[in-house]
Amino acid sequence: MQINVYLYIFVMAFATWLMRVAASLIMKKPVRNRFFQSFLYYVPYVTLAVMTFPAIVEATQSPLAGAAALLVCIAAAWFGQGLFTVAVLGCVTVLILELFI
Amino acid sequence: METNRDIFMQGYRHGIPIGLGYFAVAFSLGIAARDYGFNAAQGFLASLITYASAGQYMGFALYATNTTLAELVLLTFIINARYILMGFALNQRMPEGTPLRTRLLVGSCITDEIFGITIARPGVPTPFYTFGALIAAVPLWALGTALGISMGNILPARIVSALSVALFGMFIAVIIPPARKDRAVLGAVAVSFALSYASVRLPLIADLSQGNRTILLTVIISAAFAVLFPRKAEAEIEGGAADAD
Repeated sequence: MQINVYLYIFVMAFATWLMRVAASLIMKKPVRNRFFQSFLYYVPYVTLAVMTFPAIVEATQSPLAGAAALLVCIAAAWFGQGLFTVAVLGCVTVLILELFI
Repeated sequence: METNRDIFMQGYRHGIPIGLGYFAVAFSLGIAARDYGFNAAQGFLASLITYASAGQYMGFALYATNTTLAELVLLTFIINARYILMGFALNQRMPEGTPLRTRLLVGSCITDEIFGITIARPGVPTPFYTFGALIAAVPLWALGTALGISMGNILPARIVSALSVALFGMFIAVIIPPARKDRAVLGAVAVSFALSYASVRLPLIADLSQGNRTILLTVIISAAFAVLFPRKAEAEIEGGAADAD
């Protein structure tokens, strides 16, 4: 039994919006709890890292091209390239490598 | 004196390059969304009202696994928890007595990139600026998603394969700069890669859905790093702001 897709989309959007305005709703003064602050600080990086690997290697036709794209993207981001450039370099890496693999 | 209209137009101009980046990434999100059973109109709607890359990607993926709405809400909260942090950073900049309406409007515009340009802009965050940026960027995000869904299947497999990496490239662009600045984040990213790789192969954990594995790993790893490498209470908000640059 599949949930109605529009209900699903609205719930996703509403839950996302709640995260955006959570601080606006509750903030009178900053949260002081150090563990909670620290936990929140690490959450985005951990979530995105977990979602990126090994998924990036499985997303491409050749796992080797995905792995190369991962390394190229990490290097590009490390040396200060922006979101768009990093994403494009990843795509170009896969495009070129899969011509030869 | 800058009028509110000037500020809105400034936000709009700043939002255009962000929107162009979104368009490319949304195309790859659309390719994934099609695989998870969404049509172009549904993808357009979802992107227009959600405008959250990682959260939407996970939401689309979960839909295909017949998840419950409770699971969807829980995972959406966890995956978008960084928005809470960004909301705190923005509200921190607003003087006491700022109307709740203003705080809500600014908060509603939060994306990684719009937060970045808003926190980098001198002065008090204003909804005129954030809405200008949002109105420039989000339609391109929605359009890219719809085109990815509708055109993904007429593109050669090689092109689709290359484009499917764009989304992960964007995730990497979000996590690596802070990892370079903060060794604890670098450690958290490395541990996350390793445990995520291992979890696909470990008995019991491998049987969990992808979404549940993500929740489990996020909570365990983030909590462990919060205990082992706690943040300084004050520097935390500042750190969030500095990351935007």
